[in-house]
Amino acid sequence: MPRKSKSAVRALAVTLAILAGAWALNAAGLAYLNPYVYRILVLCGLNVILALSLNLVNGVTGQFSIGHAGFMAVGAYVSAAFTVYATPRLFGVEPGAGPLASALPFVVALLLGGVAAGAAGFLVGLPSMRLRGDYLAIVTLGFGEIIRVAILNIDAVGGARGFAGIPQRTDLAWVAAVAALTFVFLRNLIRSYHGRALLAIREDEIAAEALGVPTTRYKVSAFVIAAFFAGVSGGLFSHYTYLHTNSFTFMKSIEVIVMVVLGGMGSLTGSVLGAFILTALPEVLRFASAERLIIYSLLLIVLMISRPQGLLGHGEISWRGLLSRGRKSPTETA
Amino acid sequence: MQELFQQLANGIAWGSIYALIALGYTMVYGILRLINFAHGDIYMVGAFAAYYLARLLHAGGPDPSPLLAVAVLLGSMVICAGLGVAIEFFAYRPVRKSGRLTALITAIGVSLLLENLGIRLFGADPKFFPQLVAPRTVTLAGGVLVTNHQITVVVISIVLMVALTLFVQRTRTGKAMRAVSFHRDAASLMGIPVNRIITITFAIGSALAAAAGVLVGLTNPKIEPLMGIMPGVKAFVAAVLGGIGSIPGAVIGGLVMGVSEYLVVGYISSTYRDAIAFIILILVLLIKPAGLLGHNVAEKV
Amino acid sequence: MSAAVAPAPVKAWPATGGPILRLTNVTRAFGGLKAVCDLDFELPRRVLAGLIGPNGAGKTTVFNLVTGVYAPNHGSIHLGTEPIHGRLPSTIARMGVARTFQNPRLFSELTCLDNVRVACHLHAGATFADSVFRTPRSEREEASMVERSESLLASFGLSRYRDEEARNLPYGDQRRLEIARALAAQPKLLLLDEPAAGMNPQESESLMRLIRDIRDRYDLTVLLIEHDMKVVMGICERITVLDHGVKISEGTPSEIRHDPKVIEAYLGEEP
Repeated sequence: MPRKSKSAVRALAVTLAILAGAWALNAAGLAYLNPYVYRILVLCGLNVILALSLNLVNGVTGQFSIGHAGFMAVGAYVSAAFTVYATPRLFGVEPGAGPLASALPFVVALLLGGVAAGAAGFLVGLPSMRLRGDYLAIVTLGFGEIIRVAILNIDAVGGARGFAGIPQRTDLAWVAAVAALTFVFLRNLIRSYHGRALLAIREDEIAAEALGVPTTRYKVSAFVIAAFFAGVSGGLFSHYTYLHTNSFTFMKSIEVIVMVVLGGMGSLTGSVLGAFILTALPEVLRFASAERLIIYSLLLIVLMISRPQGLLGHGEISWRGLLSRGRKSPTETA
Repeated sequence: MQELFQQLANGIAWGSIYALIALGYTMVYGILRLINFAHGDIYMVGAFAAYYLARLLHAGGPDPSPLLAVAVLLGSMVICAGLGVAIEFFAYRPVRKSGRLTALITAIGVSLLLENLGIRLFGADPKFFPQLVAPRTVTLAGGVLVTNHQITVVVISIVLMVALTLFVQRTRTGKAMRAVSFHRDAASLMGIPVNRIITITFAIGSALAAAAGVLVGLTNPKIEPLMGIMPGVKAFVAAVLGGIGSIPGAVIGGLVMGVSEYLVVGYISSTYRDAIAFIILILVLLIKPAGLLGHNVAEKV
Repeated sequence: MSAAVAPAPVKAWPATGGPILRLTNVTRAFGGLKAVCDLDFELPRRVLAGLIGPNGAGKTTVFNLVTGVYAPNHGSIHLGTEPIHGRLPSTIARMGVARTFQNPRLFSELTCLDNVRVACHLHAGATFADSVFRTPRSEREEASMVERSESLLASFGLSRYRDEEARNLPYGDQRRLEIARALAAQPKLLLLDEPAAGMNPQESESLMRLIRDIRDRYDLTVLLIEHDMKVVMGICERITVLDHGVKISEGTPSEIRHDPKVIEAYLGEEP
């Protein structure tokens, strides 16, 4: 079989497998899990997408982005606005429509949210040309807040009252599928030359530049891609639960950072783990809800002092690794 | 026109508070290259420390004693100095060698810890700061009204800033602080006890934040555990605006932040009150990241 | 050799020669200090040249100017016939200039193979989309990069460290890795900043052979900054001497060795 179609078949096969798996997971979840656990899984999935995307910027490229919630917010609101205002007119699909009819408009809404977030990511990534470390961190934080405050002031999407009337389209199938696709996307990217270029920027930007890596272009690209996925996650979020800018504060950005750091900066499987642990843990700690945040912040400090590389460091969990109790470098191709 | 002067006056009083907090940020950044996210929360602890101290000493009330007021101020400063030192020792010192993102996250953790401990210990509901100084309104030239609280804020801020400047410029410790912020390893090789200098820096910065907390209690008596977040961010922007690492820069930055905030609220809209801080921040970082008085430090290749 | 695609065509140099590097009247100042002052400097093709001078003479600044880390305040820099002053370092690197640094700037937590692969930009035409969907083009290029990198590691005797993190290598091997990495970028001009620093006599001997070897094998022009006079006199065909940012002498090793200006610059006043 000629190479080009072989790779196309493979891509198609992987995608179909993911979609089928996600659909099956959802069916099983609806049938066997109680709604509370089901909801937790959905939230885990959303956080997985956020953590994976943030990892690309902070873990792989070594930049300091601490305003990720802002991109999520852009995606959430743009996609929601599209579904509420444009979908009925463009697709003839009303909010009350069933899952099959609304699937295509939903995908379009998600993609639009992602693209809008990506554009925001471009704006935020631009200062990365000139800024290093702490300064960049603060700009990203500032952007995150500005986006949130700006959205708060737009009445058409509810402003301070929150955005009502968004049909619930998201379920575990959607979330699982997008999370898996995000993982595959980023994994393939990181294993390629482009991924190595990003890692090189993390390790030593000056040397990378001296070897022909256009560092600014790559850094901005990392921001854009990460923002895109955060935006898609936001779109999934806004079509699942109550939408209000309060869900996208600095605290949310911090939560995602902690997930990435806990899992290990630069490790994709680590981010998945971190996202699961930190979404489920607060639920587990619900009994101590007053102390919950205190424990959380103490954990964060202790983690930084004792094990800043997180659970998996830079490595990934791999089948080979699990069998030989070792860990694989993220760039190994075979 | 009178309106403008009125806003300016308010802005200067408010800006002095930002300046005091900004000084702590700028000194710690100068010496450790660390953005102490928890600094705004130390300001909050200062306000609460003063609140509880005042209750203990029966300060405040309809006929407040200036002596007790000063005692409350100093007491709060001492408590927060201790807190700052403890934070540096237990949380920041162990991660000093672990890279800046790690240190940044640790600082965020400390900030969250202080806020949530505050909610737990002080209760989330706002408390009313005792009246440490009997309120009076004074009319300045041009019909501008200021309260003696605002005057107190400005006067005490000036006193503290002058004291700090003299300390940094004239004393040996102050010189040592400047040496460490310039080049830590060289300073250590010259026999300067770097750890002690860092401790002193944190102590002073935290004391100033505490003072700000007490002073703000005079003009805005409602205090609550999350009150440090926004002022902390704005004071940080003030430090960056003035040139992070520069003490006079922090003062100028603080005043600019205070005045611009009042001008925006007065002439545009109060919804943008917080946004102006971020806008200034982004403008500074895009146009002149070194700030008004800062130096650009290029990396040696 | 697999049925691979030929590497992307390297920019064709005028076959007739002309200097590969030309600095004309270049000045670079930092604040009030002139690190390089009115420098005229040319490198003929395929020469193995040395740039020496006492500490602070401006040698690394010249490297930084050529590689685009700094732009000159005055003057122009040409690579062949193309002006390179004011361009981005990555652009200049892609035009055919590679360098090593005074203190090795390896990608510490990446493997040696990855370190070298990063420099294989001439094989990296695949777009992000190609990489994500693992198209034949990206797979081909990746295979080509692995092959190229492995063969470079082999020539430098570093194959055993293929999957080892660069920071774990002994110092001498790290320096060699840095050179191997620079070569992966397929440069026409190779700048080596104090390659023999920290090496014992045997290591410097073998380094000298290595440098001569790669110049011949890869058809390069090599310019090195070095303080170790044995190395400089041993392999350089042409030496330029800087002092306080100014060129004070230029010529063959024996000319330089006997030039009183050079002796004075290094040792202070003649007795």
